[in-house]
Amino acid sequence: MAAPPMATALKAVPPEAVDLKADFEASGLPEIFDQLDREMVGLAPIKGRLREIAALLLVDRARQRFGLAVGAPTLHMSFTGNPGTGKTTLALKMAAILHRLGYVRRGHLVTVTRDDLVGQYIGHTAPKTKEVLKRAAGGVLFIDEAYYLYRPENERDYGQEAIEILLQVMENQRDDLVVILAGYADRMERFFQANPGFRSRVAHHIDFPDYGEEELLEIGERQLETMNYRLSPRARAVFAQYIALRRDQPHFANGRSIRNALDRARLRQASRLFQRNDGPLSVDDLTVIEAEDILASRVFAGSPDGQAGSQVVGREAAS
Amino acid sequence: MRLTQGTFSFLPDLTDEQITAQVQYCIDQGWAVNIEFTDDPHPRNTYWDMWGLPMFDIRDAAGVMGELASCRKIYGDRYIRISGFDASHGWESVRLSFIVNRPANEPGFALERQESDGRRILYSTRAYAAQLPEGERYS
Repeated sequence: MAAPPMATALKAVPPEAVDLKADFEASGLPEIFDQLDREMVGLAPIKGRLREIAALLLVDRARQRFGLAVGAPTLHMSFTGNPGTGKTTLALKMAAILHRLGYVRRGHLVTVTRDDLVGQYIGHTAPKTKEVLKRAAGGVLFIDEAYYLYRPENERDYGQEAIEILLQVMENQRDDLVVILAGYADRMERFFQANPGFRSRVAHHIDFPDYGEEELLEIGERQLETMNYRLSPRARAVFAQYIALRRDQPHFANGRSIRNALDRARLRQASRLFQRNDGPLSVDDLTVIEAEDILASRVFAGSPDGQAGSQVVGREAAS
Repeated sequence: MRLTQGTFSFLPDLTDEQITAQVQYCIDQGWAVNIEFTDDPHPRNTYWDMWGLPMFDIRDAAGVMGELASCRKIYGDRYIRISGFDASHGWESVRLSFIVNRPANEPGFALERQESDGRRILYSTRAYAAQLPEGERYS
């Protein structure tokens, strides 16, 4: 291309200034962030981080409009944190954000685990992995429990093959898909140490903190709300106590444990209502969860020594 | 002789960008996208070999284009076409089909006349390429 004369060069250059605020509004991101604030309790550092990433991408886009060279940003991420801290939910939001900003074309999320990527015999892994990558093209590939891909104890494990294909795609097809790796912090750390290629290709490491007790209580109440239940004032106090006890027991999975506990409380509520025979039930009876529904939990029974209760809860969590 | 068949037979060969756009259209319509190849150019040859399975769970054309690239790598010397199959009730048939790859040299067809009973003449076309066994025709 020959150097254009000044006049056409000026015409090609868009306005003198870019209004980032208007850009932000136009991209539809405020909606997503509002939704995030409304639907997800706590996680302040994560939300901050997401806003930072969104800001970076917006600025990148603005720079592009001025013809300032920017390499395609590396968007691969790793989400580390304990179970039930909202990694998958956030990955969905991330896909939406990247889609709004135009960094992925479709904005769908494909969730996979080791099973979907790694084959069972020689020559099985590559087609399987490629199939998944094909499905994820134009969207976000979310690899749950990514550390399972790498099994150091078995040198003939096919996981290595999947890892190599993934690394290649993460490097060469950066505009086709974004990979998010998720898993427990300590195991992911070991995974990254064993596969330095991954660490260098992942731009954003986001660590999910555990929820505090009030946050868990709020999560529980929101979950109940979506199912059209509510806690009676006394049940709320008891549930707060329950959370405090449950948190110290093994196999605590944050939001997921709360959901399980509430599911069991609903079960007890149902059987309580069923056994009670003093006339017809009102809407209130059907929606309110009473303190006794929660107090019947084994977490309270086992609390003095923390032995019997934790065993039972552990089994529940595992099943 | 340049072989033409399918939806865009009247146009010059599509570029990869145009192919991507067409594939994306198929995907957006909910059609399963297929890649087929053959080295028998006869217009009545409906039995093309399939490259892999029909791709019905793909959201973005990039996945199909990746498959097309690997098909071209192996069968780049044959005809390759992409078709979109509409599985919805009432259609259940191919809605779109176009050639995306052709051999460098296309020798064309011979017209054969066969004298039959009386003064009747039977005509048939025969691809010059098809005189060689399958797999050796264009390489």
